[in-house]
Amino acid sequence: MRLDVLLRVASKLFLPFILMFALYVQFHGDYGPGGGFQAGVIVAAAVVLYAIIFGLDEAHKVVPSAVVEAMVPLGVLIFAGVGVVNMIGGDNFLNYTHLAHDQIHGQEWGVFLVEFGVLVTVSGTMVAIFYAFAGRGKA
Amino acid sequence: MVLLTLLAAVTIGIIRARSLFAVVVLIGAYSFLMASAMIVLDAVDVAMTEASVGAGISTVLVLGTLYLTKVHEAPPRYTALLPLFVAIGTGAVLVYGISGLPEFGAAHTPVNTHVGMSYMDRSVPETGIPNVVTSVLASYRGFDTLGETAVIFTAGIGVLMLLKRFKAKD
Amino acid sequence: MTLAAEIIANYNYWITIFLMVAGLYIVVSRTNLVKTLVGLSLFQTSVYLLFLSPGKILGGTPPIVAEGFTVYSNPLPHVLILTAIVVGVATLALGLALVVRINETFGTIEEDEIIDRLERE
Repeated sequence: MRLDVLLRVASKLFLPFILMFALYVQFHGDYGPGGGFQAGVIVAAAVVLYAIIFGLDEAHKVVPSAVVEAMVPLGVLIFAGVGVVNMIGGDNFLNYTHLAHDQIHGQEWGVFLVEFGVLVTVSGTMVAIFYAFAGRGKA
Repeated sequence: MVLLTLLAAVTIGIIRARSLFAVVVLIGAYSFLMASAMIVLDAVDVAMTEASVGAGISTVLVLGTLYLTKVHEAPPRYTALLPLFVAIGTGAVLVYGISGLPEFGAAHTPVNTHVGMSYMDRSVPETGIPNVVTSVLASYRGFDTLGETAVIFTAGIGVLMLLKRFKAKD
Repeated sequence: MTLAAEIIANYNYWITIFLMVAGLYIVVSRTNLVKTLVGLSLFQTSVYLLFLSPGKILGGTPPIVAEGFTVYSNPLPHVLILTAIVVGVATLALGLALVVRINETFGTIEEDEIIDRLERE
């Protein structure tokens, strides 16, 4: 029996809960502590755990490098895109008043989209940096 | 208070440790102690960020660097007296400067009376979000968050430019 | 107040000063580049403590509006420090990537040896 069977089984049990906790932190950032940054880092930590336990090649199959590198600017684009949509609606940049039918719902939509953009960029960047560090030693 | 004393002890350990693996473990312990101290100071969002970023990502990054470089720190060539004096001198200046701060926990200081506390009253009527830190971060000061996301983006691009190996095209 | 009572009342600030001085000492005196970056991040976390301490109000709760609580701690320092933490880790990542490239070019990460090698050229 190989020595790392315990680690593999334990991490396979843990990984869904880690991802679920990251989604919980992301969406409940309005009502409790949390928000985009924390959730992005937790998602990146889950991917890093998978890469450490199962090997970098397996991690590349599940989360390819191209997807991760596309996620990095996508979040900034979502954020700035929300700002431009506000300007088209007639307000200042990043004033969410006219995103929905009244101000409170407009603010909620604005905050939701902005936090989603932050999640995408932060998790993409952390995983991309890890892939860069870990992939350098092979060659 | 015990937490802060433990923080100081871990810092002395980081200064004195010569094997960089020990420094990595001590960084993780330091991050968790700092997160606990922040919870005592009522900063729950900040504590969650510090715990996940400091103990999670920082540790992984330093371990990755140690995997690619050496693991031991060479003994110093000369005794470090001048840096010690510089550090102690800076400490004395800091004591003089920080002594001007108001006492800990007071509610009527200039920090706690103007714009900061007005966000608590304005957040739920104007935005409908109970977590005031999120509403300030994403709505009232959203432009700063855009800048921060741009900083993360730039750091990611920088690391990729420095460290990524591209397959040689034949 | 007597000196002992005053020290205990302001213990946060004493520890913050100690951490800042320790971080500065590591940056200035150590020649190993990784240790220097660690000292820099230590210095940054002590600044977070310095920022958060005046924002706390004794008897208050975290700044999340809920039923039954009237005294909240100040949310504005929390927002600024959240940004600062993430910017700090971004700086650490870039610094460590530079250290890896320096190691590949010079074969070492001690400043003394790098300066010797540069002077010999």
